Amino acid sequence: MSPLVSHNSIRLGFDLPLDSGQTLPSPAISFETVGKLNERRDNAILVCHALTGDQYVASTHPLTGKPGWWTRMVGEGKPIDPARHFVICSNVIGGCMGSEGPASPHPDDGRLWGLRFPVITVADMVRAQGALLDHLGIKALRAVIGGSMGGMQAMQWAASFPDRVHSVVIIAAAARHSAQNIAFHEVGRQAIMADSKWKGGAYEPGAGPSKGLAVARMAAHITYLSEAGLTAKFGRRLQMKDAKSFGFDADFQVESYLRHQGMSFVDRFDANSYLYVTRALDYFDLAESHGGQLASAFQKTGARFCVISFDTDWLYPTSEAKRVVQALVAAGRHVSFVELSSPYGHDAFLLDTPGLNNVVDGFLRSAEQLP
Amino acid sequence: MSALTNRLYQLAGLVPVGASVLDVGCSDGRLLAHLRDDRQVDGRGIEIDPERVALAVARGLSVVQGDAEHDLAAFPGNSVDYAILSETLQAMARPALVLAELVRIGRRAIIAFPNFGHWRVRADLLLTGRMPVTRRLPQSWYDTPNIHLCTVRDFLALAEEMGLTIEQQHFLSYRKRIRFCPNLRADHALFVLRK
Repeated sequence: MSPLVSHNSIRLGFDLPLDSGQTLPSPAISFETVGKLNERRDNAILVCHALTGDQYVASTHPLTGKPGWWTRMVGEGKPIDPARHFVICSNVIGGCMGSEGPASPHPDDGRLWGLRFPVITVADMVRAQGALLDHLGIKALRAVIGGSMGGMQAMQWAASFPDRVHSVVIIAAAARHSAQNIAFHEVGRQAIMADSKWKGGAYEPGAGPSKGLAVARMAAHITYLSEAGLTAKFGRRLQMKDAKSFGFDADFQVESYLRHQGMSFVDRFDANSYLYVTRALDYFDLAESHGGQLASAFQKTGARFCVISFDTDWLYPTSEAKRVVQALVAAGRHVSFVELSSPYGHDAFLLDTPGLNNVVDGFLRSAEQLP
Repeated sequence: MSALTNRLYQLAGLVPVGASVLDVGCSDGRLLAHLRDDRQVDGRGIEIDPERVALAVARGLSVVQGDAEHDLAAFPGNSVDYAILSETLQAMARPALVLAELVRIGRRAIIAFPNFGHWRVRADLLLTGRMPVTRRLPQSWYDTPNIHLCTVRDFLALAEEMGLTIEQQHFLSYRKRIRFCPNLRADHALFVLRK
């Protein structure tokens, strides 16, 4: 591991207030940092992770052994470069990689929170990140950036902490969850809760509803890809090249692929966490908390924005990105917006997408030249 | 960085140092980049072609991908000093609507367009009986994006009809300034207008 990478976990010294009206007693926050905070403490970039992401943005994941999830964007010579940036990526509250979540021990009895964990929102996640910055002694971020749920946290940042962020990069995200988005999440949650091992959320560690969670992941994974991408990758090709089984094994390659996606997911993700984080996304509607006017959410910040969508993303399509852009324009903000072309659907933000790094790099560099 | 054409250079000269600008149809942002670097202009742009937008954003410009005929509506009134439309008016499906949006968003609008009243255009049509193809308008009628070409007099009539005030007008023939009989002698016109 690079000497510039550091992993830490802190416990907030106070109870975190939540949108639900409840509080989270001294929650733990686990985070990765890459690079060094400069003397002026003004080179910090907060990277926000997606639904099933975590803080391992630029270093090997301890459970999967895979490289960091955004090494295409974060690293030496990349748009987010530890040579000039201090990169922070924290596991969201409600997550399961060390930040306080349903799989953490409850402070009262030491048993897992389970469904006793309060329902959290994207704004709660951002509130926890703000507290983390206080802990690190960082007044303002040079940039906050994220894709998918990370993009939603980024726009929430501009609304929650208008004076603490100079640039905001929103990739493959929307300012609200649509009925279709909620519907897919509900399928996933029902799959988890229908698994007899779920036990009302009170399962023991290692004995959770892995089949239900795998099905949830399979359903969600389809929404991350495009039809053209799936067709190009699998078509109707059979797993065993010769013949159909006339049974219900994974005859088609696409079935086998999805099963693998589902099964490998359960090794690194907690089922209850999946319920909580998908719920947070479904509750997300940035306009709702600003009198129904999305532009009002961006009225107080002086930050510059860069919004990027992908032409084959049907989970958070360009039309939703344009809603965000129109609101930013109406609020008088400086905004850049481009729809990039990619065959990969929603997942394009994680993959090699021509133009993505150039756009982000140009945006971040120009913002850094401003006084 | 691409050098500015003489036409864009002339246009840039109309923008005061430190002004705020919205460049409608800004292409890869060459004018905005020039205005930012040479005149400390606070610029924004809108451009329909995603590849050009990506180039502009990579240059550090605030450019949104969008269609002038639909996406200008989101911009607040009087939000910039100058709204610029360069070489694009004649390609719009509804040029009058776009012009109205420009003078709404900008305290002033700068419009630059090829003059269809230029003598070469007139001569071409008169002598050949076919749609003119000239140095400034090099495409045939069937593949040109220019669907609403107009002459200087046409534009002046539209501006009067819309009740717009013309603050400045400049005319060019290739690189030369034209003062007399611009509708016949200029192949390019530049106007600064306001509501």
